[in-house]
Amino acid sequence: MGLDFSIVPKYMDIILLGCAWTLGITVAAALLSFVGGIVFAVIALYAPWIIRQPFRLVEWVFMGTPLLLQLFLIYFGLVQIGIDLPAFVAGIIGLGLHFAVYNSELIQTAILAVDKGQMEAARTLGLSRGQALRKVVIPQAVRDVIPPIGNNMIALLKDSALVSVIGVSELTLSAQRIIGKTYRPFEFYVLAAAFYYVINLGMEWVQRRIERRISLSR
Amino acid sequence: MDTELMLKVYPFFLEAAWVTIQLSVLTAVLGLICGALGTAARLSRLAVMRFVGAAYVSVFRGTPALIQLFILYFGGPQIGIQLDAFEAGVIGLGINAGAYMTETMRGAIISIDKGQREAARTLGLSRWQAMYKVILPQAARLMVRPLGVNLNMLIKSTALVAAIAVVELTYTAQRYIGSTYKPFEMFLLAGILYMIIITVVGKGVSWLDRKVQIT
Repeated sequence: MGLDFSIVPKYMDIILLGCAWTLGITVAAALLSFVGGIVFAVIALYAPWIIRQPFRLVEWVFMGTPLLLQLFLIYFGLVQIGIDLPAFVAGIIGLGLHFAVYNSELIQTAILAVDKGQMEAARTLGLSRGQALRKVVIPQAVRDVIPPIGNNMIALLKDSALVSVIGVSELTLSAQRIIGKTYRPFEFYVLAAAFYYVINLGMEWVQRRIERRISLSR
Repeated sequence: MDTELMLKVYPFFLEAAWVTIQLSVLTAVLGLICGALGTAARLSRLAVMRFVGAAYVSVFRGTPALIQLFILYFGGPQIGIQLDAFEAGVIGLGINAGAYMTETMRGAIISIDKGQREAARTLGLSRWQAMYKVILPQAARLMVRPLGVNLNMLIKSTALVAAIAVVELTYTAQRYIGSTYKPFEMFLLAGILYMIIITVVGKGVSWLDRKVQIT
């Protein structure tokens, strides 16, 4: 069976819908991973020992096991404890938490790198520890950490393909469904890859622009 | 937690872990070969080779590894490539890892001071000799740690072959989750084995890294 790309336009609407889902899931999971990353970083650095240590253990496990395995745990685990979420919500939670752990590592380093004088000055001015963190230290840490987090978000886009395995109709599963009808795996997987590549280029472009703005604001 | 069930099924997980280890080793070897070739292409004097190297890195890092695997395994037969799932897994993941390793190796090589190469050339060494005898021995020291990060990612990426039904750790966990409805227990079994593999490899990399440092 040779290659025949002429049937591609007929299924373009399904592919484009899949793209929209991939973009939506990526953006939602990216936001979750960003907010989660900040929360996790604060817990890992400032929570009392009794919370901090088990938390670090969980972080360590999530960094040492494959995302696909974690997706199975979250998707089927939630069902087991009686929470029956739609697959795409489970996918967003799984992707978001996985990358929140990686973002947390970056943010922790950045928080520790913010000059100690900043915290001391804020405290002297009468801010509480929490206020000083929230209003002075974390905003500076976040600015420093945006470029490497951008790399994580591009990795997140590519890993969003994994949620096809738990049945989310994003780009990869859309391609799979079309292939089920047409028996043309090569054409449609290459097409899906091309769309991922284009989205990837778009994200890299946005990342460069943001980095330029940050370097100007310094 | 159902420890009785865990004790009953753990031998299957051990077998699966052995498949994961085999996959990881073969993929790492292929990845290093592809990485070396990619680096050679990216540092070549020929513009066309540099373009090929850059395109390789950009395309394979710019698309999901899962899709690359599917193109090879499901699409391969259409262009005359018949592979079983394990072979497709090793080749697909190896070429993918090679793209990341290319960037690591190239980064280490171009970070070596230019003066080293110039001095070697002035002393009468050929371009190749300068690379082989002066630059690479220094760059290799810088590569160990970042290649270790690549290796860590690679081991976790072997889970993807579960999607083409290679019976490794993640596939085994998935199957037992389906048949026992105990996701947490199965995650724990597979997770512990992944952690052991990754920790042992990580220790090995740090040992090697200490060993190759001069001071």
